[in-house]
Amino acid sequence: MSILVSKETKVITQGLGVTGLFHANGAREYGTQMVGGVTPGKGGCIMDGFPVYDTVREAVRMTGASASVIYVPPPFAADAIMEAVDAGIGVVVCITEGIPVLDMVKVKQFMRGKSSRLIGPNCPGIITPGECKIGIMPGYIHRPGKVGVVSRSGTLTYEAVWQLTGYGLGQSTCVGIGGDPVNGTNHLDVLRMFEEDPDTEAVIMIGEIGGTSEEEGAYFVRDHMTKPVAAYIAGVTAPPGKRMGHAGAIISGGKGTAAEKVAVLEECGISVAASPAEMALALLKIYRPCRSRAL
Amino acid sequence: MNIHEYQAKAILRKFGVPVPNGHVCYNGASAREWAKRLGDGPWVVKAQIHAGGRGKGGGVKLARTADEVRNIARDMLGMTLRTHQTGPEGKLVTRVLVENGCNIERELYVSLLVDRTTSKVTVMASTEGGMDIEEVAAATPEKIFREAVDPVVGLTAFQCRNLAFSLGLTGKLTVRAGALLQGLYNTFIACDCSLLEINPLVVTKEGDLLALDAKFGFDDNAMFRHLQIGDMRDFDEEDPNEVEASQNDLSYVSLAGNIGCLVNGAGLAMATMDIIKFSGGEPANFLDVGGGATIERVTEAFKIILSDKKVKGILVNIFGGIMKCDVIATGVIEAARQVSLKVPLVVRLEGTNVEAGKELLAASGLNIIAAEGMADAAQKIVQAVAAA
Repeated sequence: MSILVSKETKVITQGLGVTGLFHANGAREYGTQMVGGVTPGKGGCIMDGFPVYDTVREAVRMTGASASVIYVPPPFAADAIMEAVDAGIGVVVCITEGIPVLDMVKVKQFMRGKSSRLIGPNCPGIITPGECKIGIMPGYIHRPGKVGVVSRSGTLTYEAVWQLTGYGLGQSTCVGIGGDPVNGTNHLDVLRMFEEDPDTEAVIMIGEIGGTSEEEGAYFVRDHMTKPVAAYIAGVTAPPGKRMGHAGAIISGGKGTAAEKVAVLEECGISVAASPAEMALALLKIYRPCRSRAL
Repeated sequence: MNIHEYQAKAILRKFGVPVPNGHVCYNGASAREWAKRLGDGPWVVKAQIHAGGRGKGGGVKLARTADEVRNIARDMLGMTLRTHQTGPEGKLVTRVLVENGCNIERELYVSLLVDRTTSKVTVMASTEGGMDIEEVAAATPEKIFREAVDPVVGLTAFQCRNLAFSLGLTGKLTVRAGALLQGLYNTFIACDCSLLEINPLVVTKEGDLLALDAKFGFDDNAMFRHLQIGDMRDFDEEDPNEVEASQNDLSYVSLAGNIGCLVNGAGLAMATMDIIKFSGGEPANFLDVGGGATIERVTEAFKIILSDKKVKGILVNIFGGIMKCDVIATGVIEAARQVSLKVPLVVRLEGTNVEAGKELLAASGLNIIAAEGMADAAQKIVQAVAAA
């Protein structure tokens, strides 16, 4: 098992443009069940072997898809998320970067009381190694295993995964929650899923400056988690008031500094890596994988 | 994106939020002229720069006569204003706002922002106007009042009353406060703001409410639907390298150190800055070339990094996922040739097609220091810069 997605997951792509099609092909090559796509006005076409539908509702009816990945351009992406939620898609992964924050405020309100889970936006996606890859991450750096990874950043997640794989530690599921200030899923949500997942033994949580998602996750770790958790927080050297690439990566009103977060995480018993080169090492300090899983 | 106070007040006026009458001026003569047109004094002359704390730095002055307005404006224009937000280099004043003074009875505070925890727009108000709100929040949090707004319903009348009574307003002022808060909320939504701050909001001796100062932050992601607001952008107020970078779709922030960084991905770019510091160096910038970097963009990124004269070495850190390492290597080689690189360059490549990328770098004949892993890369660039 794993969290959110597995080899049973059927995925549709919303926005089969150049980018969407490229990554849909990549996911299919990885072995993901990519069952079709949605591009309004192109219904009935076949693109690279993917049947295309006009609406998500139709795509769900025809393919039985339970997950969706969104590559729709930012002005229309919020609408695409709501369309997927309305069609009853269980896991909606939004890769799109640059969605206006007030659009996301509406999306969050729209989703209240509905059972869909939104991952992202502005994220690399989600992968259960060897089973299902939804998103833009390079599949080959991952190995199936027992370590869960949750992160706000894409390439920094690859860095952590690469370190884990280098130590012979495979991953159960890696979830990119995205770098936007208003997103669908936060660290706490994913930590809770990892705690409940029998196939996850330990977790690496990657955060960055801005907001309080990491702190909320840390309090959950302290109060409810039985599994070892290591972490890294990016942005120790980031100046206040400047957006560091991600819309959500900003120290505002003196709040959301890396130092503040590291202090809370350590207080909560999390092994925090001082350097990004030591994320896997920080986990190994508190986690002894069973022999069969190590190299 | 930020705008000037006079632009902020023009927007607020359009949404029915009461602000003092005033006009922006670029020289002393027009300041005098506008003071007369605005009616009786006194007037206030305010330097227009994108930074707070102007009053303490001498950027806000009261004038009793129109001639005094002219003299103050003349002195202010062309001066370099230093406040706690401008840094020691200060900001050049090229325009001033001349407006009618008012009789202040009380100073209050109101702001709107998107609260990340509730995913809602939140209205914040405080009785401690004119103060630094961060200090108020730290010292006396009970003096800050909040209302989270349902995005479907909007700011309700009862929420406005809650805030008005919390601020100690009575009688007609509560009604006026309600209208003002609705105006602010409408502005915030209509303009895709990320922050709208009125500090101070004043109660005048005549019993009016006035937004005496206004600060806007806009959501950069939403500017595609607000072209007129985009036109208000004042490039002189921004770091020229950051402007250049944004025009090339690069995410760049200039910092104080001497090691330039070129990285793919925002998180990895921050982590690269951190590991430089961890290894005893100081980063000169944050730079994310993005996922789909081309040779042209890598070249442009190199030029921007090198136009910062503090830079004594460059660290390239790429984890190629979708982006292939051989493409990045070609870009780095091309860029290093075009800009005739003279400072040490350390390159760490990992990910897709990494071997091909490393071979290209080795065969290029350029003086490129190859590194294995982030820690090695950071140590090598710090050593190279120290030795240079």
